[in-house]
Amino acid sequence: MKETRGKIFGVAGPTVMVKGMTGAIMNTVCLVGRHGLLGEIIRIKEDMVTLQVYEDTVGISVGEDVISYGIPLSVTLGPGLLTGLFDGIQRPLDKIRETAGGFLTRGVKVEALDLDRTWDFTPIRKKGDTVAPGDVLGTIEETERITHRVMVPPGLGGVIKEIKSGKVSGAEYICMLERGKFIELYQEWPVRRPRPFKAKLPPEEPFITGQRVFDTLLPVAEGGTAIVPGGFGTGKTVVEQTIAKFSRSDIVVYVGCGERGNEMSEILSDFPKLKDPTSGLPLSLRTVIVVNTSNMPVAAREASIFTGITIAEYFRDMGYSVAMLADSISRWAEALREISSRLEEMPGEEGFPPYLATQLGMFYERSGKVMCLGSEDRTGSVTVISAVSPPGGDFSEPVTQASLRFAGTLWALDPDLAYRRHFPAVNWLASFSLFHAELDDWFGREVAEDMVRLRGRLYSLLQRQTELKDIIQIIGVEALQESDRLALEVANLATDAFLKQSAFSEVDAFNTYEKQYWMLKTIFAYLESAEAALKRGVFIETILDSPVKGRLARMKEEPNEGFSGKARALIGEVESEFSMLEEK
Amino acid sequence: MALDLIKRQYRTLQTISGPLIFVDRMKGGSLGEMCVVDLPEGERRTGQVLQLMGERAVIQVLEGTSGIDSEASSVLPTGETAKVGVSMDLFGRVLNGFGEPIDGLPPIVPDEYKEINGLPMNPAAREKPDFFVQTGISAIDGLNTLVRGQKLPIFSGAGLPAKELALQIVRQARVAEAEEFAVILGAMGITSRESFFFRRSLEETGALERTIAFINQVNDPTIERLFTPRIALTVAEYLAFERGFHVMVVLTDMTSYCESLREIGSAREEIPGRRSYPGYMYTDLATLYERAGRLKGGKGSVTLMPILTMPDDDITHPIPDLTGYITEGQIVLSRALHRKGIYPPIDVLPCLSRLMNLGIGAGKTRDGHRTIADQLYSAYARGIDVRRLVTIVGEEGLSDLDRRYLAFSDEFERRFVGQGREDRSIDETLDLGIELLNTVPEREAVARRR
Ligand SMILES: Nc1ncnc2c1ncn2[C@@H]1O[C@H](COP(=O)(O)OP(=O)(O)O)[C@@H](O)[C@H]1O
Ligand SMILES: [Mg+2]
Repeated sequence: MKETRGKIFGVAGPTVMVKGMTGAIMNTVCLVGRHGLLGEIIRIKEDMVTLQVYEDTVGISVGEDVISYGIPLSVTLGPGLLTGLFDGIQRPLDKIRETAGGFLTRGVKVEALDLDRTWDFTPIRKKGDTVAPGDVLGTIEETERITHRVMVPPGLGGVIKEIKSGKVSGAEYICMLERGKFIELYQEWPVRRPRPFKAKLPPEEPFITGQRVFDTLLPVAEGGTAIVPGGFGTGKTVVEQTIAKFSRSDIVVYVGCGERGNEMSEILSDFPKLKDPTSGLPLSLRTVIVVNTSNMPVAAREASIFTGITIAEYFRDMGYSVAMLADSISRWAEALREISSRLEEMPGEEGFPPYLATQLGMFYERSGKVMCLGSEDRTGSVTVISAVSPPGGDFSEPVTQASLRFAGTLWALDPDLAYRRHFPAVNWLASFSLFHAELDDWFGREVAEDMVRLRGRLYSLLQRQTELKDIIQIIGVEALQESDRLALEVANLATDAFLKQSAFSEVDAFNTYEKQYWMLKTIFAYLESAEAALKRGVFIETILDSPVKGRLARMKEEPNEGFSGKARALIGEVESEFSMLEEK
Repeated sequence: MALDLIKRQYRTLQTISGPLIFVDRMKGGSLGEMCVVDLPEGERRTGQVLQLMGERAVIQVLEGTSGIDSEASSVLPTGETAKVGVSMDLFGRVLNGFGEPIDGLPPIVPDEYKEINGLPMNPAAREKPDFFVQTGISAIDGLNTLVRGQKLPIFSGAGLPAKELALQIVRQARVAEAEEFAVILGAMGITSRESFFFRRSLEETGALERTIAFINQVNDPTIERLFTPRIALTVAEYLAFERGFHVMVVLTDMTSYCESLREIGSAREEIPGRRSYPGYMYTDLATLYERAGRLKGGKGSVTLMPILTMPDDDITHPIPDLTGYITEGQIVLSRALHRKGIYPPIDVLPCLSRLMNLGIGAGKTRDGHRTIADQLYSAYARGIDVRRLVTIVGEEGLSDLDRRYLAFSDEFERRFVGQGREDRSIDETLDLGIELLNTVPEREAVARRR
């Protein structure tokens, strides 16, 4: 490996300039100064390089030594990632706590994964087989929930001369190929390089979140990208956490990027206890957490989303559907800006570097559903859901705008809804999903043949609600036509009973598509019966006073199991109650 | 090599700009290092290295640069980073923003010195905050509950009674907390009147022997303001995590702090961010606010209540905006309520406590607390909508139901929010909430009947 050495010339915030580094390679890591802090080369100008340093630079002096071995910033991939908690450059925070105590001191050196831990390896390939990159050599039960598929890393392949079975560890190879090539249990992968696959596949299935407003109105496809912009307190983190808990994905990679420590402590204490609705096993068994809180070094925050997405791709390559949750991408962009301004680069809009959108694109484009590398036809996916934190809640700012270019789904959060505690505070009319056309087939096939039509009706009803609310502002509710008053009432009912969903209610937090469908069915059955009664000449007041509405408002409190039966019964009640209402 | 150890005095001041001096040919200085600045007349000041580029150091002078010259003044690096001496003897003392006594009492002999920047708490070592703190304020306890280890700021406007509210909270929470309770005040850029008010009020609460006050006044050096909250929080961490105290830290006014930050930024000729505040202000504020919390296996806690003044009452201004993005909620004061004579003038709609759910419910406050809070919120939000409507369509355009909500929101503001100086138990708060909810029709408040 190529070694370059230099001496520190300058220190400014998280960046360090080093002289004498002729021959250094861009984006490779360095050990900086007497504490041996980790840094990455982000600019080269003749023999002067600039590093972003992943630890606090206080105390660093001019003249201290810097060494680079020419290795890019990489993560370690292999068994032991699941249930793990890492900082932005994959340092294991649990182990650091064991050695350093409650606070993060500098220069602590701990391996990302425990390479000495033994695992039970079951080979599925044997001596004499020819293997290619991506082929599964064998499996390890990494957690009760997830089988780790040990794959031939990209760039290797050939005839197997020896393959281990039973207890294996990172200490020695797991498979020997002809010509003295070895495959180990752990591999290093540069975080800034996307992992290869055979082909990208078009979206055709929704990424199921269990949240009505998302799944029904604003779906994101498996392998797609959704962004969640919103001012502070509008519910971004709760959206991310709810999806981490309830989404139908095999693996969740949660990146807490420049956000709060206490939020992470909540996840850390809850996830081992909460059950994943699909398997009934603790959520932590399918989860990897990368966290670089707002007060941790800013350069490591910049790296955190790349660390996260590389881990996500690794599980995708095994054939899993992975949810990559980033809270918040704006903090990443600000880290980029902070470092760029120390480099005295020419700033673009709002001080962000001109390459902001390019870099963001490089991150978002790593989402997708793919045909994995390897001779089997495995598919895997990475769905990216990222929170965006626009300053002042103003979506016209650069990070929101750049993210919008890459997002297939926009869940726009609205402070007005949050103030009145309507959660998820998604502004349904300002949001969009570009996946409707691609997913409609699936909805018709897997949910119900009239699901797409019901969604369309819900949209129109909500549209009408907005118009009517504007009219009321001018003439008052009493002046509305009766049919409009009814439409408004039912729209309000749909808003409260259907769109509003508490992330903290045990029963309501996760809804199957079946429940979502039957809730819609019930609401529209109500609308139709009420319209019929109105036509028959029943007073609008009588209709609005009918007690069955209260039962509709509470139907979300019924569990998923057996919901369709309850809904059918409720529809029956609605019909009979309205048919009995007396005319004027 | 040995030469490096002998600290040299540098007489190579090159440029003086605002609070900064630029020193040339300074060998071996390190980032964050403290320096002694000697003025020609024999005066000594303190400097801190902000940036190093080759042999040129950028140094901020804490007391300001007025009187410094480029010929006779000199700089001596001390080899130390910024530290504060901590000790239990700090209780009852009043100090300046650098941690030096200003109460005329003898100097403090510290047990040890701590770096004022502190270290980030390992997320793996954080204890989830879930212990309810009764502040005695209904709008907080009932609707935006505070828990130990939380950072919950007060967003105020010029002339609104934020300091009164903060002190009322400190006083009332102290009663409920009883045990190892400590109060730390970090005041930045306050007037001598405010300073006097704080001291007197703390005396009145009888909390003085449990209080440590760091006070930087308007006429004190601006750079001192950048040190004040760090020193206050360092002492707080010491008391909480090494001595087991439940420490409540009140920082006021974060707006002055941010202005000092901006001043340094522009003196360094940095590219400014939004409204000319530095681009790194989020990170900088986070390194303060995130110091609140609890440690696994530890006994104490740091609860943080920063007060800030929203310039122009604008909640989207970078100071409240970045604060709200970091803290675990916010208590927002309203000028409209204040004008109506409602105290505390808490505008509950934009308020939030993100940790509320962890601190309420059976065994903590009361079963059903969440439901009561949610319903008060939606009823009040609806009442406010109606109030807006009235201004356009008049009372005649309202339905009967609307009128009831209108009445509800008035009563809610007057009785629930406007409690005055009363110290309410959580039960009194929740009972009053239910009483008010009973004035809106059953049919609407659906979930309440569960
Ligand atoms: N789906 C939800 N159900 C119930 N409450 C919610 C929901 N989403 C958000 N909230 C409330 O809003 C608060 C702020 O949400 P959070 O996700 O932390 O906001 P952000 O990350 O946008 O600042 C939460 O503490 C919670 O009280
Ligand atoms: Mg958040």
